[in-house]
Amino acid sequence: MGLTATMTSSARSGPWIGRSPERVEDAALLTGNGRFIDDLGVRPGTLHAAILRSPHAHADILTIDTAAARAAPGVAAVVIGPDVKALTASLVVGVKAPVECWPIAVDRVRYVGEPVAVVVASDRYKAEDALDLIEVRYAPRPSVIDPLAAIAADAPILHDGFPHNVASDRRFRYGDPEAAFAAASHRIAIDIVYPRNSCTPIETYGVVAEYSVSDDAYDILANFQGPFSIHAVISRALKLPGNRVRLRTPPDSGGSFGVKQGVFPYIVLIAAAARIAGRPVKWIEDRLEHLCASSSATNRATTLAAAVDDEGRVLALDWDQVEDCGAHLRAPEPATLYRMHGNLTGAYDIRHMSVRNRVIVTNKTPTGLNRGFGGPQVYFALERLMQRIAVELDIDPLDVIRRNLVPGNAFPYRTASGALLDSGDYAETIELGAREGGLDELKARRAAARAEGRLYGIGYTAVVEPSVSNMGYLSTVLTPAERRRAGPKNGAQATATVSIDPVGAVSVHVASVPQGQGHRTVLAQVIADVFGVAPQDVRVNTEIDTAKDAWSIASGNYSSRFAAAVAGTAKLAADRIAVRLRRIAASHLNVEASEVAFGNGKVFSRDNPDNAMPFARLAALSHWSPGSLPDAAGQTIRETVFWTPEQLAAPDDADRINSSLCHGFIFDICGVEIDRATGEVRIDRYVTAHDCGTILHPGMVDGQIRGGFGQGFGAALLEEFAYGADGSFLTGTFADYLLPTSTELPEPVIVHMQTPSPFTPLGAKGVGEGNCMSTPVCIANAVADALGEKNIVLPLVPARIRALIAGEEPPAPVGGMTAPRAKKPGGRGLEGEGSADVGAPPQAVWDMLLDPATLQAVIPGCHGVEKISDTHFRAEVTLGIGPVKGRYRAEVKLFDLDAPRAVTLSGTADGALGYGAGEGRITLTPRDDGGTTVSYTYDAEIGGKVASIGGRLLDGAARVIIGQFFAALARHAGGGAPAAGAAGGLSGWLRRLFGGAR
Amino acid sequence: MKPAPFDYVQAETLDEALAVLAAEGSDARVIAGGQSLMPMLNMRLARPKVLIDVMRIGSLARVDDGGDRVVVGAGVRQAALLAWPRLAAKLPLIALALPWTGHAQTRSRGTICGSVAHADPSAEMPLCLIALDGEVHLRSARRRRVLPAGDYITGMMSTARDDDELIEAVAFRVRPGRGCGFREVARRHGDFAIAACAAIAHADGIRLAVAGVADRPELRDWPDLEGDALDDALNAFAYDLDARDDIHATARYRRDLVRQIGRDVIDEARRCRV
Amino acid sequence: MPRLSAAQRHPVRFRLNGEAVEGIAEPRMLLADFIRHELGRTGTHVGCEHGVCGACTVSIDGTMARSCLTLAAQVEGCEVRTVEGLAPEPGRLSVLQAAFRRHHALQCGFCTAGILMSLDVYLRAHPAPTEPEIREVLSGHLCRCTGYAPIVRAAMDAAAELSLSTRQEDVRYV
Repeated sequence: MGLTATMTSSARSGPWIGRSPERVEDAALLTGNGRFIDDLGVRPGTLHAAILRSPHAHADILTIDTAAARAAPGVAAVVIGPDVKALTASLVVGVKAPVECWPIAVDRVRYVGEPVAVVVASDRYKAEDALDLIEVRYAPRPSVIDPLAAIAADAPILHDGFPHNVASDRRFRYGDPEAAFAAASHRIAIDIVYPRNSCTPIETYGVVAEYSVSDDAYDILANFQGPFSIHAVISRALKLPGNRVRLRTPPDSGGSFGVKQGVFPYIVLIAAAARIAGRPVKWIEDRLEHLCASSSATNRATTLAAAVDDEGRVLALDWDQVEDCGAHLRAPEPATLYRMHGNLTGAYDIRHMSVRNRVIVTNKTPTGLNRGFGGPQVYFALERLMQRIAVELDIDPLDVIRRNLVPGNAFPYRTASGALLDSGDYAETIELGAREGGLDELKARRAAARAEGRLYGIGYTAVVEPSVSNMGYLSTVLTPAERRRAGPKNGAQATATVSIDPVGAVSVHVASVPQGQGHRTVLAQVIADVFGVAPQDVRVNTEIDTAKDAWSIASGNYSSRFAAAVAGTAKLAADRIAVRLRRIAASHLNVEASEVAFGNGKVFSRDNPDNAMPFARLAALSHWSPGSLPDAAGQTIRETVFWTPEQLAAPDDADRINSSLCHGFIFDICGVEIDRATGEVRIDRYVTAHDCGTILHPGMVDGQIRGGFGQGFGAALLEEFAYGADGSFLTGTFADYLLPTSTELPEPVIVHMQTPSPFTPLGAKGVGEGNCMSTPVCIANAVADALGEKNIVLPLVPARIRALIAGEEPPAPVGGMTAPRAKKPGGRGLEGEGSADVGAPPQAVWDMLLDPATLQAVIPGCHGVEKISDTHFRAEVTLGIGPVKGRYRAEVKLFDLDAPRAVTLSGTADGALGYGAGEGRITLTPRDDGGTTVSYTYDAEIGGKVASIGGRLLDGAARVIIGQFFAALARHAGGGAPAAGAAGGLSGWLRRLFGGAR
Repeated sequence: MKPAPFDYVQAETLDEALAVLAAEGSDARVIAGGQSLMPMLNMRLARPKVLIDVMRIGSLARVDDGGDRVVVGAGVRQAALLAWPRLAAKLPLIALALPWTGHAQTRSRGTICGSVAHADPSAEMPLCLIALDGEVHLRSARRRRVLPAGDYITGMMSTARDDDELIEAVAFRVRPGRGCGFREVARRHGDFAIAACAAIAHADGIRLAVAGVADRPELRDWPDLEGDALDDALNAFAYDLDARDDIHATARYRRDLVRQIGRDVIDEARRCRV
Repeated sequence: MPRLSAAQRHPVRFRLNGEAVEGIAEPRMLLADFIRHELGRTGTHVGCEHGVCGACTVSIDGTMARSCLTLAAQVEGCEVRTVEGLAPEPGRLSVLQAAFRRHHALQCGFCTAGILMSLDVYLRAHPAPTEPEIREVLSGHLCRCTGYAPIVRAAMDAAAELSLSTRQEDVRYV
């Protein structure tokens, strides 16, 4: 039997909290009756948007020709940057700087995937047809991808308002770090780079927006997740007061993990498009758009040093963090950097610390919320450092952790940078995890494996998991003086409404916007316990409508705030009604209010349970006979509670900030074995011990842990948003950006301990993000242990690991055809060389190369060559391999002419599938038989769609296409045999092309 | 991410399909299982004017066991061949390699011939076809021809198929008594191979075929080399393949795999040689 | 079949969850879009449109199929099943669905329909699967919430339960 049975047949008394009933959400989701944004109906006449995106990492937009697109069938509007700029204001930028941030490129693109035009049409297919008709001319600029390169003196600048690409540079000092470093016997440091990745929900972004001229108001449905502080950003951008920007969320959302906060620029963009089109507009992001341009976690370069004594005790830390927020500093960034500011000492009792935080812009997708939010980046540095301390001082790594922990009797504990660690017993959790997780057995396995010469390692991490963010933490990026001018920011309002209808049925509404976490189930449990009813008698609504519902800037689903803040606030609301119900019941049952109890759907006298009345009857009285209720009982119809914890104060003048309300603790152990031959990492066992305070629903807590572990595992071993040196985006599909699947992902051993939080109504703490923080570095520590290696870079792809253990490569055989090429420094990525023998003398070949008619015949798929000058040609070409074909506009210029011996070609090609640019040197050598050997080398870059979705094949494709040209040239000149013994893959290709036997 | 417009012909006979191909040439594209072509259509990488669906042509949906060769028609899905009861006995290499092709959800739709037609340099079926001295049966309105697999695949996603031709079938040689081995390294199970190695051990020597490294599957035949001689041969082969770096692996890593995995599959093939 | 022109919408008829359905579609329309937006069965979800994530998996003539890699026109006359066809009747869950709920094998539920369809097809043909076999089938799906372990358990549990009974026991909900 289903939920009904599970919840009602359980005769056992006691609270619902702490049990794992089946979820009320699941029946609909399992039968195809979920209501995700793209499952909902829209108003008749709603149009559909598709977005044209930049193929360039950095370029000026010269012209955008939308005429053909506007004339295409079904197209209602084509919207470009200046149109949006005319209707909206710049999005708020996360720091005070003279910098603008638009949801669509205005005059200039700064990352691959930046919106350039929006087509609004009768359906998505037609909208995409029209995208193909838009002609954009770009003038590429140099781009910068690496955050450390971005702050170099000669780096290209993204925004004039961010000199040296630095959006913020702040230094902090807590205690006396200089003295501690001076006194310490060891200074141990680590340099790390944390890669870009994203928790990539399976449902993409969606927005439906319309504008009412008569009301001068927008009505927007989006699978936004909060925080609703962003509502203020949206309404400001739409140049209306918030009460004219109605933002609603659909009942179901297909995962977010922070990522759907990043839909907000598209809310502004689609709202503007709807206003321009004069009709409702719907946009559902596709996967290519999502991977390329939705949002991502920050990548970060960190240098972290510790002052350490001989016992491995850390006396001080020195952080230097360079945070890469991508091309725009979108709200709420640089929050990723500051979310952890109170927790930079992790689980450790370290009183002295200096910090330098730089926020950098680069030509990559702007960053935003992402599960773990700053935690993975911080703990990768801190926990790798703890492992290094152990290695360098020859101490057991677990002992280094133990010696530095915040002591169990020290709670609540104020960290050096201001966090108030609420509760816990970290040492006890570690002992529990080690015991239940079988650490001794793992150590024995390591010893046995090593004795056989296998590569086996064990890693540990100890992590404090902050939850319930202080809405004031971001103001730590300001100086105390700037904060005084701006006014204090602090707290975190949680809201919940409990209401009772005229038949006594209980409803709960919260502004928690879940994306699959089961909030409705847990709230039903919590409220059922208050009123003594069954959970299925409580209906919970977690949709939000900013025009009608109770909400505040902290509303939404982020920083693991549900269990700790929202569920507790709902209980407070129910408690308030319960107090009044007791008073009313007391008069009906003729007992003292304090004697009234709720249970089994009844209200009764605790002393005499037979003296009872049905809960529903009592609860409905406030509707039917308010005049006959006891004086001052008050209504029991609806109660809304706003709750903000007093501990979440604004940063003080010493820059101390209690950045989060509560702090869970995690201790992880990971055993790995590495295949020497392939470099593949196999997780032998992963143990994760959690203290997340009071557990409301054990099944869901374990679900959060497994899900976070899966994403942490992905970050450790598989996932990276890769960019080419030229800024092209290389992981645009799920075949390139790799998520863990069921065949890779092991199941972790989960261990629990419960130390309730004294600061939250239910004693619960957040648990949703911890393994995203702890798992990547725990796996890295295990691999470091297995390999005895210091420099561990994520993701731990087999080729990277193999490079650490492989040793010298056997040399190429003497006289062999090929030796491996070294990439040219400063090269553009795709390099090659080859040669072909042509049956014509050099002068004839030379003439052909400079003759438009010949070129037209020779260039594969050429639709026409226009001679601009003797050394400048323009051509329309269709290029491709296999079924992949695209039409391009090509420009070729000739340099360094040395007739008839050599010439350099420099060219570009632009088309709907992307762009290419390259340079090649062609050399003509006469042959004894009167023919010519044409040799060439090239160096090319390819960007845009083909690079982001076909990166695996690009190199080979370039070879094929360039080879086609020379093959055709050879054919045109009367055929000829390919040169034998030439270097490079193309000669082989040509050999095959000309039918040479293999 | 929706396909550009195209006409669609669901051919009921081979002649019907060939007539459209003859008329449209390179503007037409044959679709069978669609597991490679459809993503390209959705991404608008491919924009044929007409799509010719051959999956309702009954004569193409056959596996013909001709004794010394097995002929797999263009309509035979990967899952169907994998479920063919005689597969392990007749074509043990295919039985080893086919489970590495995509996932159950794509093998259930994708065809053997479609994979060969697509000629992805990492794909398992082109590799096996080359390793087993297979043939590609091409058909057009004007002619019928049979190409050795090695002549058919000319490079990365490039083949000797003329624009008016389609693959009617592929034929694998059956050679009892030969041992075979297969292994593939990919980032995840079901991903494109970083390197896939197929080995054959026969009375006169050994053969190693490799996909995922060069622009197309390549093979080498050797006498029964052992020890350093085999290592040297593998090393030379590894370098000859002219591996490149990409986001998933380095050229060096690919060469390492050819040396290491290549040796492993040769050993495996020798163990099951009769 | 006559050549279907790109410029027009053409009737498409097939059986969906046992019922005859009909709609009109351009030749290029994806089956996923047709089922969702023409026929209004929105339980099948679209996650990547390039055949990797598996959210859109349906059953076509009893085999697993990515509906984003299938054209609506291709299933003319076929027997298509989607998540809406799994429950034996409104208000009841199939054994597999009930196992998913029991094991918390879903969180956001977006990928779930495709996973259920793959497992439904697989378990019909393989009533006694091993865990590695189930993991192999599931490897054609991406789930970002659960870490897969509870899905594997639900599948194994459902297989065991199904093998005990000759017919699909069903489960009441709501």
